[in-house]
Amino acid sequence: MPKRILDAGVIAREKLAEGIFGLLLEAEPIAAEAAAGQFVSLYSAQADRLLPRPISLCGIDRERGTIRLVYRVAGAGTKEFSELLPGEKVRVMGPLGNGFPLKGSRPVLIGGGIGIPPMLELAKAFGGRAAAVLGYRSERFLETEFECVSRVYTATEDGSFGTRGTVLDAIRQEKVSGDVLYACGPLPMLRAVKEYAIRENLPCYVSMEERMACGIGACLACVCRTTETDAHSNVRNRRICKDGPVFEAREVEL
Amino acid sequence: MNTEVTIAGVTLKNPVMTASGTFGSGEEYSAFYDLGCLGAVVTKGVALTPWEGNPTPRIAETHSGMMNAIGLQNPGIELFCSRDIPFLKRFDTKIIVNVCGKSLEEYVEVVRRLAGEPVDLLEINISCPNVKVGGIAFGQDPKAAEAVTRAVKDAARQPVIMKLSPNVTDIAEMARAVEAGGADAISLINTLTGMKIDIDRQCFALANRTGGVSGPAIKPIAVRMVYQAAHAVSVPVIGMGGITCASDALEFILAGASAVSIGTANFFNPYAAPETIEGIRSYMEQKGVSDIRELIGAVRDRA
Repeated sequence: MPKRILDAGVIAREKLAEGIFGLLLEAEPIAAEAAAGQFVSLYSAQADRLLPRPISLCGIDRERGTIRLVYRVAGAGTKEFSELLPGEKVRVMGPLGNGFPLKGSRPVLIGGGIGIPPMLELAKAFGGRAAAVLGYRSERFLETEFECVSRVYTATEDGSFGTRGTVLDAIRQEKVSGDVLYACGPLPMLRAVKEYAIRENLPCYVSMEERMACGIGACLACVCRTTETDAHSNVRNRRICKDGPVFEAREVEL
Repeated sequence: MNTEVTIAGVTLKNPVMTASGTFGSGEEYSAFYDLGCLGAVVTKGVALTPWEGNPTPRIAETHSGMMNAIGLQNPGIELFCSRDIPFLKRFDTKIIVNVCGKSLEEYVEVVRRLAGEPVDLLEINISCPNVKVGGIAFGQDPKAAEAVTRAVKDAARQPVIMKLSPNVTDIAEMARAVEAGGADAISLINTLTGMKIDIDRQCFALANRTGGVSGPAIKPIAVRMVYQAAHAVSVPVIGMGGITCASDALEFILAGASAVSIGTANFFNPYAAPETIEGIRSYMEQKGVSDIRELIGAVRDRA
């Protein structure tokens, strides 16, 4: 299957929280193939901003042929995307990487900050049997949408809502249990979730993030350390864009 | 219309190849187009043993460019020979293997290992700015560059391209040094050493602190160096540095390059190489040029 690059029409944009934006894009060929946990590369219209920005899929609607991206404005490129207007076009390549494998009967989905969006499509894929544990600094986003497709437990760092503290504090306080863990979020959170998974002897899939150039596995910019020698790289490195971004937590050094 | 060019006795169907390190061994880009349209594929540098490369972050974007400090991560020559070369043999294109090493002996051993392999040309990387030993250490001293060239040439079965660093005072001197060592061709430029600082966190943008700058931002420097090198030596010159399209490629050819490589552009336009090939053909048609070789080094002063 040839890789797809297309100029996707912007259907809608939204501001979900301070610095957190959403884009709904018309991208039928991408929606047709995509799965929860995959990502797309978004290209800037400015010629001096060369590299595509990798953004995870928050929503996939095969019937309507749309994809939804929710991202944090981190620099000039993502700021440009946040200013796109309905009817404008943005160049997209995807879907890229490998999605989450759907396992277990009582999955627990753990998202921290900007790691929350990819968990929404995963929660939908589990058809209501997932528990979602969402960790925010303070301001919440996407939470009500999670409530439509999963049981939701919330943690806020400032204690403004739900459990005060981290996602793991919420898991302990609310006695959230399951038979498989999925996590996406900042590295310290992924480390803590991995430790918890090992202690509880649960399978655990983490979605990793790193600066990318090509997004397709050629440039070797976005590697992560692995516990064993990888068959492709022949060293203890795997490519997050192509071999990931989802890995079994025990396979990677966090 | 003839678009064929000859580098050290190897005829390429057109002068467009891929720059080492931006194209892996072609597998990822073969999902976009038939690699058989390319003049040649230049592989990511390969060493005697697997190298892990540098810690991340390994890249950062800059204005009209980027910086990388991958650190020559590679799977080692054995896996490369059993997997990557057979893959590339499936395509009707020439194979140029980029070779890196931490010592003169390592370069020689890799070159020896490649002697029996169906590889058309070797490109010796003496210009990587992102590894502590080897790489650029050989590419900034004319005597060392000449010595590596001679040692590699003695061991090599295939013609040898020496890839030069722009991080030198006098590129012509380096070009002459590797020619004196027996180089069959030279390629340039590798990346320019740069640094980027994150003022928010007050830290280096790259884990390696410094990285190699590439992309359109460096193109005028690259064109100038290709021009100087082409005038300093009689062996063919392969030009690269910020080429994104046919008009960029043609600048290098007019400056004296017999062939060109597309590097960073692959990252933001996977079709950059085939589009460049098509664009060169249209230019030749428009200008009534029947043979691409008429354009090599044809730049002249303004009338």
